[in-house]
Amino acid sequence: MKITMTVNGKAVSGDVEGRTLLSGFLREHLSLTGTHVGCDTAQCGACLVHVNGEAVKSCNMLAAEADGADVGTIEGQANADGSLNAIQQAFQDHHGLQCGFCTPGMVMSAAALLKENPRPTEAEIRKYLEGNLCRCTGYHNIVKAIMAASGQDVSSIAAE
Amino acid sequence: MPKDSGIGASSKRREDVRFLTGAGNYTDDINVHGQAYVHFLRSDIAHGRIKSVDTSAAEAMPGVVRVFTGKDFEGVGGMPCGWEVTDKHGAPMQEPPHPILAQGKVRHVGDPIAAIVADSLEQARDAAEAIDLDIEELPAVIDMKAAAQDDATLVHDDLKNNICYDWQLGETDDAKVDEVFANAAHVTTLDLVNNRLVANPMEPRVAVGEYKRGTDEYTLFTTSQNPHVIRLLMCAFVLGLPEHKVRVVAPDVGGGFGTKIFHYAEEAFCTFAAKACGRPVKWTSSRSEAFMSDAHGRDHVSKIELALDADNNFIGLRTNTYANLGAYLSTFSSSVPTWLHGTLMAGNYKTPVIQVNVKAMFTNTVPVDAYRGAGRPEATFQLERVVDKAARELGLDPIALRRQNFVTQFPYDTPVALTYDTGDYNGTMDKLEAAADLAGFAARKAESEANGKLRGLGINCYIEACGIAPSNIVGMLGARAGLYDAATVRVNATGSISVMVGAHSHGQGHETAFPQVVADMIGIDESMIEIVHGDTSKIPFGMGTYGSRSLAVCGSAMVKATEKVIEKAKKIAAHLLEASEADIELKDGQFSVAGTDKSVAWGDVTLTAYVPHNYPLEVEPGLEETAFYDPANFTFPAGAYACEVEVDPDTGQVSIEKFTAADDFGNIINPMIVDGQVHGGIGQGIGQALLENCAYDENGQLLSASYMDYAMPRADDVPFYGVDHSSQTPCTHNPLGVKGCGEAGAIGSPPAVVNAVLDALNSGGKAVDHIDMPVSPSRVWAAMNS
Repeated sequence: MKITMTVNGKAVSGDVEGRTLLSGFLREHLSLTGTHVGCDTAQCGACLVHVNGEAVKSCNMLAAEADGADVGTIEGQANADGSLNAIQQAFQDHHGLQCGFCTPGMVMSAAALLKENPRPTEAEIRKYLEGNLCRCTGYHNIVKAIMAASGQDVSSIAAE
Repeated sequence: MPKDSGIGASSKRREDVRFLTGAGNYTDDINVHGQAYVHFLRSDIAHGRIKSVDTSAAEAMPGVVRVFTGKDFEGVGGMPCGWEVTDKHGAPMQEPPHPILAQGKVRHVGDPIAAIVADSLEQARDAAEAIDLDIEELPAVIDMKAAAQDDATLVHDDLKNNICYDWQLGETDDAKVDEVFANAAHVTTLDLVNNRLVANPMEPRVAVGEYKRGTDEYTLFTTSQNPHVIRLLMCAFVLGLPEHKVRVVAPDVGGGFGTKIFHYAEEAFCTFAAKACGRPVKWTSSRSEAFMSDAHGRDHVSKIELALDADNNFIGLRTNTYANLGAYLSTFSSSVPTWLHGTLMAGNYKTPVIQVNVKAMFTNTVPVDAYRGAGRPEATFQLERVVDKAARELGLDPIALRRQNFVTQFPYDTPVALTYDTGDYNGTMDKLEAAADLAGFAARKAESEANGKLRGLGINCYIEACGIAPSNIVGMLGARAGLYDAATVRVNATGSISVMVGAHSHGQGHETAFPQVVADMIGIDESMIEIVHGDTSKIPFGMGTYGSRSLAVCGSAMVKATEKVIEKAKKIAAHLLEASEADIELKDGQFSVAGTDKSVAWGDVTLTAYVPHNYPLEVEPGLEETAFYDPANFTFPAGAYACEVEVDPDTGQVSIEKFTAADDFGNIINPMIVDGQVHGGIGQGIGQALLENCAYDENGQLLSASYMDYAMPRADDVPFYGVDHSSQTPCTHNPLGVKGCGEAGAIGSPPAVVNAVLDALNSGGKAVDHIDMPVSPSRVWAAMNS
């Protein structure tokens, strides 16, 4: 079936099977490989994107369901001049990523969190990230980076 | 004042930019023109005899290119094991074949039976359902102690039993050990389980095989920690291909933690099938498939006994362990319960008599191999649990008992084959006591109790052996590989540098940290140096990244190669400056003549090397050097950890309230990256201690094959961690004085957590000796109420 949607501000279209997942459409049809697939039970969150402004696990949504939607992926997060946005920059500044595989989902999740809660507490961030698994960082620097991205002073939190 | 560049600086990671913008290049992001997709039909029973595999209907399905079964690989080698362990009677381990696709029998849930190559993955999956299997189910061998019985069902019919080897290290005279225990003032005994885990890097494994008929060349893109090891094993032992015709590329890899060290059947299959099908062949593991095909970790059942004299000195230690190897020998599986485990049983202590016994078992489960720490967490868990239990039994302060028995003189020869070159265990413990504010624990405990919670403090010490080496010694111990590493420093004409390294970075930040070293040695900006890794066609033959070895081994090779570059550059500089080579000094990127103001810049010397008009005739043009480095010994990071937990007495729920790590990693190149490595290790260690468990039922069904069933630690399961690495005794035998930091957190944290839970229970009036990991609410509640 034919579908059209807006991805990172650009109109796109494609011919997909009914069973094609949004994650597959982004990766295979649009070559937007920044959206990663880390599990098959909608648990890990590496595939998290924004659909009409909401955080959505793209492995858990059919591409056809996103027909007509406004989709945002990690490839559309940087500033217009190509520099890292505030959340991305905070992740680099605070070493909030190691292997980088969960990172797109983490950044997209953090963006969705800060949109609804601009100054979350540590506990609120940890609760919100329940749907995003990271195996490298022990979450320390991810939580710290999100706090920093929201303008909070993180200098008193142990070790960089 | 923290440095802002070079060795000791927390340089921000340059690789982050591509990862943060979706521009990483992971193996599944690679698609080769014309590729087909493979789906593996895997056994859904643990043990069975294959009567027939009828693929005719599947072959007729739409899009199917070819269906392979075990018969297609009868003339092909099996998956090799890279370490031959010799048992305590001098016999080699039992080493059964491990075919690419099952032949004769299936031996674990997930064992691949057939491989369907099709135009699309969906077509391959559909066709798999049309394969007609006739498999006679056999009793599953799951419990290790039952597997060791004489009448046990055999996992491998051609072996004499299910025991791969019965191995011993340390004191061989049983009577002497018995005597030590008979004369002890106190003996503490503990039976414990080191729970089976799945490494679970967030990126599942992927392999893409490609064959070019015109040049007879193969390329394998794979999620590996060590592409040269994969190429060697696959070419020499499995497919019989010449190495110079095979390129193995491990691009960005989304975490490894050990489980991407090993050579897997899927890699060999995709390489083989690319030629057989005349098309590139791609395999992407699903997460469920990963649970039943990635090598698992840990899974030891042990009994440990500690003998103390009347003054509370440790005088003897004896352990008996059953180690699960699963159904087949994975690449380095045999070394994990032996040379990476038994050798660590001395820990930080000067126990004079130690005997380690290990029976390694074949069972109808997924193969078990190295997972972050690999043998060292299993040793540390046994030792530190029994020390903690001894302290409780004797009414002693657990820190004081440890301090009393610390090794304090270095070098120290342990009774289990290692020589610790350096360390300061008391100094590190001092750092822990301060960093963890142990003096404030009583007040925190009172506050918890006021809130109706039990609070406990758990202490743990660890030592690990990293950068396993030297090659001649490990060869005598059974390793079938060298354990050196290599680096090529290629200086370009304009002075920028490409460093080709054998180590592989899959989260460790080599692309940032390694240039800090070279930049410091030459005195140029880090941005002038780039690290090339992960492609056998670009890098020298190196052994990859595991066992916290990258900086200690490969980094040393890089230093040696850079020293050669500098030595040659000084000859060129001496010529340009019309001075003696001995008088040339290199500082801040300037070559100068000692005692004069004559100098020439790094870039002028490098340009001269490639445009050698005014040039010393006896020196070759160009500026590129390679070094191979084989360490003289292991490195020995060590540390002391403190964990504070709260236990809810009504539910058994445990929460980690405070976690502090004090580590001695020797010298440190990038403190930010080191902290991150420790954080990640602690996160995984807490996962093992509280949450994770790879469970089989008695029929060999894998009960935990998805993230719905296997409890990965999530952000709200863990706290912020305190990390201190100011205790630094540099390694004495590598040029950087570095030790390795990748595994420490995963080794040091599980006993700290369990010790803390037991402290909470016992100080709260609940007499509980031990709880096996994961220390789940149900187990804690049951222990409290038994």
